[in-house]
Amino acid sequence: MSAVVSPIRKPLITGNKTYHQITEDLISPTEKTPTKEWVIGFIISVSVLTWGVFCILWTIWVGIGSWNLNRTINWSWDITNFVWWIGIGHAGTLISAILLLFRQKWRTGVNRAAEAMTIFAVMCAGLFPLIHMGRIWLAMFILPYPNTRGPLWPNFNSPLLWDVFAISTYLTVSVLFWYTGLVPDFATVRDRAKGLRRKIYNTLSFGWTGSAKHWQRWESLSLVLAGLATPLVLSVHTIVSFDFATSVIPGWHTTIFPPYFVAGAIFSGFAMVLTLMIITRKLFNLQDYITIEHIESMNKVILLTGTIVGVAYLTELFIAWYSGYVYEQFAFFNRALGPYWWAYFGMMFCNVVSPQFFWKKSFRRNVTLTFFLSIVVNIGMWFERFVIIATTLARDYLPSSWSLYSPSWVEIGIYLGTFGLFFTCFLIFARVAPVVAVAEIKHILKSAGDQYIGENNKGKHQQHGISNSEHH
Amino acid sequence: MANLNNTEVIYGLYNDEEDLLRAVKTAKKDHLEIHDVFSPFPVHGLDQLLELEESRLHQAGFIYGALGTLTAFLGMTWIYTKDWPNIFGGKPYWSVPAFIPITFELTVLFSAIGMTVTFYIINGLGPGVVNKHLDDRITDDKFCLAFDKSQVNSEEAVAFFKTTGASEVNSKTI
Repeated sequence: MSAVVSPIRKPLITGNKTYHQITEDLISPTEKTPTKEWVIGFIISVSVLTWGVFCILWTIWVGIGSWNLNRTINWSWDITNFVWWIGIGHAGTLISAILLLFRQKWRTGVNRAAEAMTIFAVMCAGLFPLIHMGRIWLAMFILPYPNTRGPLWPNFNSPLLWDVFAISTYLTVSVLFWYTGLVPDFATVRDRAKGLRRKIYNTLSFGWTGSAKHWQRWESLSLVLAGLATPLVLSVHTIVSFDFATSVIPGWHTTIFPPYFVAGAIFSGFAMVLTLMIITRKLFNLQDYITIEHIESMNKVILLTGTIVGVAYLTELFIAWYSGYVYEQFAFFNRALGPYWWAYFGMMFCNVVSPQFFWKKSFRRNVTLTFFLSIVVNIGMWFERFVIIATTLARDYLPSSWSLYSPSWVEIGIYLGTFGLFFTCFLIFARVAPVVAVAEIKHILKSAGDQYIGENNKGKHQQHGISNSEHH
Repeated sequence: MANLNNTEVIYGLYNDEEDLLRAVKTAKKDHLEIHDVFSPFPVHGLDQLLELEESRLHQAGFIYGALGTLTAFLGMTWIYTKDWPNIFGGKPYWSVPAFIPITFELTVLFSAIGMTVTFYIINGLGPGVVNKHLDDRITDDKFCLAFDKSQVNSEEAVAFFKTTGASEVNSKTI
């Protein structure tokens, strides 16, 4: 039964909702004709996506020479964008898995959309290494399968191959987790629909009935998947950081990379969740389900992870100096005061300074400021990867091979194209599926609804307390 | 719970999960055999009342995970010591620490896929499956308790639903 709730807990569902009202509020956006904002957003997204597809085809047709990479800077925008998208893809699983294990009820308002965001961000991320291989039609060579080439196997000792396994596992597990959560909600959509729509949603809902045994197994599956996804999400960015940390490039060859990358990933992921959810809650009128409490909780995570990232930056600087190793010292001197100094200070300001605003409660609860800072954080996290990758490579051991880099129109086009892909997928998702987990919201209504706890319940509280203890 | 195949059931719909839990308790006390219970979300405490066994999905998950561990570790071992030994950076052929990341990933992958597929199969759910259900509002805001008509006397059932506060009572063959 509804557990005993501390009186200081703030309600997470406002507006005195009933179970039926929750269904109405969350399912009806999938039933109405799309709004004008949605149509405009969709047209823009698809256009940008089309341009991205053109740039990818251009790259494949002309070759990687259409990018501005050179022998010194052989990784730049592509890998920056790859790591950036993968980082964004970390919040979904963090919210749905780690917060499930910690029994954080506020996850239910945002987990569905955050998981969707994860899946789309990982899809965008995966594109970059695939295109960067050059001959994308041979991409299956990265998979270990018995073949006629020897048989020749991929290098299992390489972090790049670990990445293949980590990211494909992450994508698969995220999809399974997300879809299993969606099945009961698709059943709700199905049971309100008629005709063809009902048939389609019956297929999507896998014939869900809501039987007690099914729910019991569903909860068991969700819990174990969360338990599996928690170390998985930490492993993915750890392995991404190994791409750099196991090399012998000064500035990359550091043991601090795995925790620092994971914290950065959660940081940027939460920022992207905030950016998206602030827009979504407004467009779909979900203020009762994604409340200021949710925004404040996420801002606290941003403050924590942003500060961890800041500590990591300073530790890196200190260790570079303390190591007494001139190449490492030069790498950091170059990052801060070399030709790309603006990227370094951009990163420092966006990632370390900007989240510190959230020490103040009124700032954490300010939607406009949160929206603005969430974008600043995402820009900062993009700078971080650019600083680590391009500016480090630009000044290597041999001054004769020093070089500079700026992206070509093709590289910019592909990056824009991934935004197109991301938003096209997200907009379709928001049309066909409830963006807030309906069954999970109903599940927490009695312990987080404003008619049961908080200010609106003064007086009624006592009575409810009695009815609670009755069932225990 | 029994499968719903051409069973004539009599069922009551409740408006709140607390009413449902009370009804299930009463049914147990009255020795009425419950056919199945349906709800729009997982109702905690229901599985104990219905004396449902704890799900063994996590045990299956462990076995699938162990299979993944073995596949990855033994696979890489065979490839690098028997099938095509290669030296990378002067390291031994059988460089166990380098196998850890992939072994971990495949453990998680096998376990997650195996458990999810098992979940759908044992529940009789899947793409294209059409399960007859009692009422469209069960996935919205109604909580349903169903008796098998061959097990329970109809009049007794109607009286039971009345006393336990069901908002509607219906019969259906599913």
